[in-house]
Amino acid sequence: MSRMTSNLLDEAIGLDDSTSLSPLVGRLLLVEDCVETSGAFVLHHLLKRAFSSPHSSNAVIFIAFSQSFVHYERVLRKLGCNLAAQRDSHRFFFLDMLTVGCSDRSGKETGEGVLVGLYCKIQRAVSALIQENKRHVTIVIDDIPLLEVAANGSSNHVLDFLHYCHTLTSEIGGSIIALSHEDVYLDIERPLILQMEYLADVLIKVGPLATGIAKDVHGQLTVLNKPVGGLEENLRNRVHNFQFYIKENVPFWLLTRRSCPTSSIY
Amino acid sequence: MADSICRALRDGALEGELAPALTLKDSINSPFGFHAFAHVLMQLSSNILAGKSQSRGLVLLAFSRSPAYYLELLKKSGGNVGSSEKWIQILDCYTDPLGWKERFTGGEKISNVHQEVSNLSHLCTNVRDMDNLFSSIITLGKAGFVGEGTVRFCVAIDSVTDMLRHSSTSAVAGLLSNFRSNDKVSSTFWLVHEDLHEEKVIAALEYMSSMVATVEPLTPSPYVCESSLNTPYLEHSSTKGRFHVRIKRRNGRVRVICENFKVEQSGIKFTSISSEDAVVNQGLVPKVQFNLQLSEKEQIDRARVVLPFEHQGNGKPIQIYDGRRSLTDSKDDDKPLSTSEKSKDEGAGKGEIIYFRDSEDEMPDSDEDPDDDLDI
Repeated sequence: MSRMTSNLLDEAIGLDDSTSLSPLVGRLLLVEDCVETSGAFVLHHLLKRAFSSPHSSNAVIFIAFSQSFVHYERVLRKLGCNLAAQRDSHRFFFLDMLTVGCSDRSGKETGEGVLVGLYCKIQRAVSALIQENKRHVTIVIDDIPLLEVAANGSSNHVLDFLHYCHTLTSEIGGSIIALSHEDVYLDIERPLILQMEYLADVLIKVGPLATGIAKDVHGQLTVLNKPVGGLEENLRNRVHNFQFYIKENVPFWLLTRRSCPTSSIY
Repeated sequence: MADSICRALRDGALEGELAPALTLKDSINSPFGFHAFAHVLMQLSSNILAGKSQSRGLVLLAFSRSPAYYLELLKKSGGNVGSSEKWIQILDCYTDPLGWKERFTGGEKISNVHQEVSNLSHLCTNVRDMDNLFSSIITLGKAGFVGEGTVRFCVAIDSVTDMLRHSSTSAVAGLLSNFRSNDKVSSTFWLVHEDLHEEKVIAALEYMSSMVATVEPLTPSPYVCESSLNTPYLEHSSTKGRFHVRIKRRNGRVRVICENFKVEQSGIKFTSISSEDAVVNQGLVPKVQFNLQLSEKEQIDRARVVLPFEHQGNGKPIQIYDGRRSLTDSKDDDKPLSTSEKSKDEGAGKGEIIYFRDSEDEMPDSDEDPDDDLDI
């Protein structure tokens, strides 16, 4: 059951498309959640998905600002995926940024310096992966507001950093998955999140149930696929909307409320 | 009328005048500005290749997409990018805009980009320096295609938003206005995301451009509803929208044009609104069982009806039918009662009002007040 139902999210993102090797190539996937409903489970699901796919060329670079490796390992083990083993086989690079902010405050390193250093680490990891012929690199950032904190609150530097990650992934054919919190930016007039929405090719919004609290529904998910560039062959501009229920970090997709191509809306 | 802006960019600048400039802007509700930008770029490049335009070449500042992407795009549209005559030069502000990669590699260039791409693109590692940016564009233009005499080239910027992130408004405005006044520049156009900047910044850009094209959603949607997850995304999901163009002519006339567009696999398609509206109007009358409209015959018959008192003053005797058989009509007893003109029968097609009194109880038509005897 789990296998069949969890395909709802994959289908919405386009991961179910078996014709293409990696449908997220060169794309940026942005997950937006809020205080009431955490969207971390989407990251976990995509992480598991990256390792369970048959292509051994998949690799993940995980930039963790919010949780430690042990946390992710425990969660992923529940989902049936051994992160430590993946790390040992050089398919999973974990960059622990939890302590970076603290140590750098004492030093004279600027916000930009931190991010340049981080980018250098990523690029080094990517070059190493390419030499091992693992070309489908996914960069996961958890999460953007904490990245902004590490950059001394400069959203410009965050965007620069994302831009550089984007140049890297577009060159080698990888993808970026980033988690951000919507309500952190509610009162700001031209927030970072809006700029990120422009950058994103796939936007996943996680929020509480619109109709109120329900016992069996933990929240709802809206997936928006943007048409990109004008070069892409298949134009997926679709909105998918469905509800989920999480049991011990394992998400169950409940039902599709709306999953319609554009033409039926207008 | 997306054609008219392409034509204006193609025709270029007059001697001693500022080059025509186009601002393309979009917002998150209809984020198809880049599609429109690509459309203009491809139109202009096909004009350049065909030798129809004033400019002989194009310099593209690539901020948001890689040079490889653009070459792919131009190839797809049939542009001959690999030809010996270089008609396009790309200033690559995408790959390493701030010099991070350069700093990391210590200056040595690690790149696995295609030879064809590296032939046409030139890396810029400090986009904050506007003077440097300007001079390298002019150098590229002059060295690339401007040989002798008055040959000009176009300048395209794919994201002024990114430029504004790296430097101040005044510096960017200075750069853009330098382009317009340079005598080697034929025309220039740029893309900006409207909702990421303050209104005054957008206004400054619009002042500097002779044409402003806005990509809008079909229905103005309130993006304010943050709490609801659904509503704004219906808007998002549409690949249709409205293309709003304002063209300022040199003679001072301002022309405002509106068009619909639809983003398709092959790119953006423009359709004029009037033709679409006609189709909509035809289907606008709801399908009901009743006949809401008159047929042509019914309309003619209706026009023929002579309303009571309408014939007054035509030289005919004035007869007011009060619903009873009047004395003058007593000879036509056998005929049905009708307006008295019936007996004269001037034409078979004459309209008439047929009226029978229901009973003697019914009061005859008159001007008298029926309640006259009431003493109020």
